[in-house]
Amino acid sequence: MMPELGKYAAEVTLAYGVSLCLLAALVAATVLRSRRVRRDLREMEKRRED
Amino acid sequence: MSLWEYANPVRFMALSGRVLPWLAWGAGLCIAAGLFWGFFLTPEDYRQGSTVKIIYLHVPAALVAINGWLAMLVASLIWLVRRHHVSALVARAAAPVGMVMTVIALATGAIWGQPMWGTWWAWDPRLTSFLILFLFYLGYIALWSAIEEPETAADLTGVLCLVGSVFAILSRYAVNFWNQGLHQGASLSLDAKENVADVFWWPLLVSMAGFVMLFLALVLARTRTEIRARRLHVLRLRERME
Repeated sequence: MMPELGKYAAEVTLAYGVSLCLLAALVAATVLRSRRVRRDLREMEKRRED
Repeated sequence: MSLWEYANPVRFMALSGRVLPWLAWGAGLCIAAGLFWGFFLTPEDYRQGSTVKIIYLHVPAALVAINGWLAMLVASLIWLVRRHHVSALVARAAAPVGMVMTVIALATGAIWGQPMWGTWWAWDPRLTSFLILFLFYLGYIALWSAIEEPETAADLTGVLCLVGSVFAILSRYAVNFWNQGLHQGASLSLDAKENVADVFWWPLLVSMAGFVMLFLALVLARTRTEIRARRLHVLRLRERME
């Protein structure tokens, strides 16, 4: 399945590895902070209602 | 209905909540398709060999890095002129996304440059202005974090954004301003002779569409979080005062 990357295989693989890791970290950080803030806000609003 | 009505946080949350899933799915599909197509199904370039496959990451990331800052500029100007809080939060939300895209563009450029130019880095006008753009992103994020009062933070970061825009524009047009340095001219052109060959162009176009949608999705998601965080902050202050 892997294409033949020739003598530049290390460079191409490194570029894709670094980029996809950075994109994954960015998406994960966005989702995790969104969940945390939403949960804290829900708890705070519930507390104020009680 | 006027566009400005979406500066109302309630309207913004309602609209962005509807648009966000479509953008997120569109981004995921286009990035996966563009990168798969580019990585597995395109041939090597006769000069660059397989390193041409780095273009599917480098060009879309650079595109978003530059235009992300320009989007922050528009949002900052709206804040400075019309004082819409949502626009200040959009600018704040866009900065980390733009910064990561700048890092990807710099990293993939360096990885490509080593075998092609024989060096990871050169103080070339385009590379240098891109590095300065990255430093502006860092400074912008740090300034937001350093100032507790939100309106003052939005004002000062807005001014910083105006100054940094010079480097965002330079990083795009440095090759044209100074006809020197290692970095080649734009890979994409409306002139068919100048543009990359079709076999590379179509997957690149799909990847660029994916990166743009990812930027929009992340900015919307982060802006929604900022709006909630600000409401949470206000409620905590109220609770302390009661």
